[in-house]
Amino acid sequence: MMNKINDRSRNLGDYSVGADDAMIICRCEEITKGDIRQAVHAGMFTLTEIRRYLRTGMGLCQGQTCGRLIKGIVARELGVSPLDLEPAVSRAPMRPIEMKVLGNER
Amino acid sequence: MKRYDVIVVGAGPAGLSAAIEAAKRGLRVIVFDENARPGGQLFKQIHKFFGSKEHKAKIRGFKIGEDLLKEAQTAGVEVVLNAVVLGLYLDKEVVVSHGDEVTHYKGDAIIVATGASENMITFDGWTLPGVIGAGAAQTMMNLHSIRPGKKVLMLGTGNVGLVVSYQLLQAGCEVVALVDAAAKIGGYGVHAAKLARCGVPFYLSHTIIKAHGQDCVTGVTIGEVDSKWQVIPGSEKDFEVDTICLAVGLSPMSQLLKMAGCEMEENPAKGGYVPIGNSYGETSIPGIFVAGDVSGIEEASSAMIEGRIAGVAAAARLGFIDKAELTEKTWELEQALLALRAGMFSPENKGREVIHTEEGYDVSQSLLTRGYLTNDEVLTYPGVTAAQGIHAVIECSQNIPCNPCQDACPKKCITIGEKITSLPVVNSDAQCSGCGLCVAACSGQSIFLVKEDEEVGTAMVTIPYEFYPLPEKGCQGMALDRSGKEICAAEIIEIKNVPAFDKTSLLTMKVPFNMAMKARFFKQVQEV
Amino acid sequence: MRITEHPILGESNKGRLVTFYFDGKPLEGYETEPIAMALRAAGVMVLRHTHKEKAPRGIFCAIGRCTDCVMVVDGKANVRTCVTPLVAGMTVQTQYGVGAKK
Repeated sequence: MMNKINDRSRNLGDYSVGADDAMIICRCEEITKGDIRQAVHAGMFTLTEIRRYLRTGMGLCQGQTCGRLIKGIVARELGVSPLDLEPAVSRAPMRPIEMKVLGNER
Repeated sequence: MKRYDVIVVGAGPAGLSAAIEAAKRGLRVIVFDENARPGGQLFKQIHKFFGSKEHKAKIRGFKIGEDLLKEAQTAGVEVVLNAVVLGLYLDKEVVVSHGDEVTHYKGDAIIVATGASENMITFDGWTLPGVIGAGAAQTMMNLHSIRPGKKVLMLGTGNVGLVVSYQLLQAGCEVVALVDAAAKIGGYGVHAAKLARCGVPFYLSHTIIKAHGQDCVTGVTIGEVDSKWQVIPGSEKDFEVDTICLAVGLSPMSQLLKMAGCEMEENPAKGGYVPIGNSYGETSIPGIFVAGDVSGIEEASSAMIEGRIAGVAAAARLGFIDKAELTEKTWELEQALLALRAGMFSPENKGREVIHTEEGYDVSQSLLTRGYLTNDEVLTYPGVTAAQGIHAVIECSQNIPCNPCQDACPKKCITIGEKITSLPVVNSDAQCSGCGLCVAACSGQSIFLVKEDEEVGTAMVTIPYEFYPLPEKGCQGMALDRSGKEICAAEIIEIKNVPAFDKTSLLTMKVPFNMAMKARFFKQVQEV
Repeated sequence: MRITEHPILGESNKGRLVTFYFDGKPLEGYETEPIAMALRAAGVMVLRHTHKEKAPRGIFCAIGRCTDCVMVVDGKANVRTCVTPLVAGMTVQTQYGVGAKK
């Protein structure tokens, strides 16, 4: 399955505008469903790539709300099951933190 | 770097239970929680829990939380609040932000009990103020005594959607509708029935099309969906609401485990992305354990048992107890867990339609689609008998893990048996004293006392009642049937509220004789 | 919007009523309750307007996860008001994008 997802030569067909493309998905960074769908067509096949490309899940909440929604949209666009998409990388800090606190390490 | 035998992440039901079992066995335990209060979601649970005595059935969630905190304190568990675990690294290093500094800790064992996060669903207007998660509604009303709104529409009919809707009614909000895209109510029938008899309508196979409003929610449009989840044109319905509450499931909050390098899997039966673990909750990394919703979505009762298992197993992993003690203690706990995971709503029945009960009774389709049993259906279940004199009528029609009614009856009128998912049977030869203990003990509020007097032409119906204001004795009002429809005039002739009932009042209303098996709720008529 | 008497939880006992300032207006709330709760009780629904679409946002998760309730509190932006306790005399401002209205 991973091969199918990583096969960049795969033709996803033309991007067609969807009725709900203007729907906000990532509430923090205000990224729409259309943005995400277009990113897939632009060659962003993994959740990590989408995140870096669009900043989805990179806002204040760190993807607490939209993670699962984005996974569903990307999977649908790729024509795969959401179960086959690797979640984006988890790394510290798990929660928003002020730089002055992060710098005050003991 | 500070060292502990066990570091627990999350002071909810699973985390506290794990910490208690580990501490009781002599381990040095610290628990970190990002919230200002311990107990996780337990303090928002104001309903009586299901299960049996060993699962703390018929005790309200917040009371279980209080008991758990006391037990943790006695066991010597150190709980640090407002402590955010930022990361879990190789060699069981935990990085915590607390106050204005970041501190490194090292545990010989780690128990991750971070719980779950709410799933969300999108629709036009879903970012408007007034659209909230079901958890937010619970937090607002049950922790902070704030009504989330005046008129609420609930999306989702799983147990969370049903329980929170009832809590909204208890808080004095109006619930205008329960909506679910599925064709059947997902949660317990008894939870749905509590709402239906208050007159709350269910819209199955419906979805939210749009939330209306400029600055905040002023209304909502829902519509019926076809088998391909497309809205059927012309099926739209509008409601004037100020709040839309979303209860569309939970996902395990497992990011820390992924970060630590535990083997993970997407497991739809467990609600999402979870670490692969053994029966003790130990992940692919020896010494890193999981318990509660983070290891698979269930509920607080099973989370507490999983926590205890993980705590005992951590003690064994670090050599504080031997294999024999581990096996003995966890066997007991696993039996308790198996009992909770049985019945119609068990994990293996997820997504499957159950047509008959274990005993062979038909499952009511009306209950699954409208939230109530029909007058004819109710008579078919073994808890419903037509005895002379006062007797209990148990409108329990699904195999759910729950048996407090059996323990409550001092006259042994009610039998469930060994298997706690069995339907309660009312023994017609036992003599009911009308004490009402079963009515108050039923977590699903599905037990009523009925006394018919054919000669006089009246009947007394006793119902569980958890609303304010309580009607007074002599109060005239309307009796509602199971669907919430007004069916006849009723007079309150007795109100009982003793400590053993634990805040569930018992109202006895007088109705016409032929309404004995129909009248199931009382509505006060506003004096003008 | 406050529940004064609850069938299960009884009478609410929230302690001391204090004054705080919302966009310059004095409001009352209970000391140590989350700021967002005091605002909700006072009928305030919109806590911020977003950066790109200038869209209104309010309480969404109420447990500090979603960060939709962030406001400018005592001059500091991005404060999660659903988990930040109210203090007497606090200055709370609607957040526009990432700061207060200039």
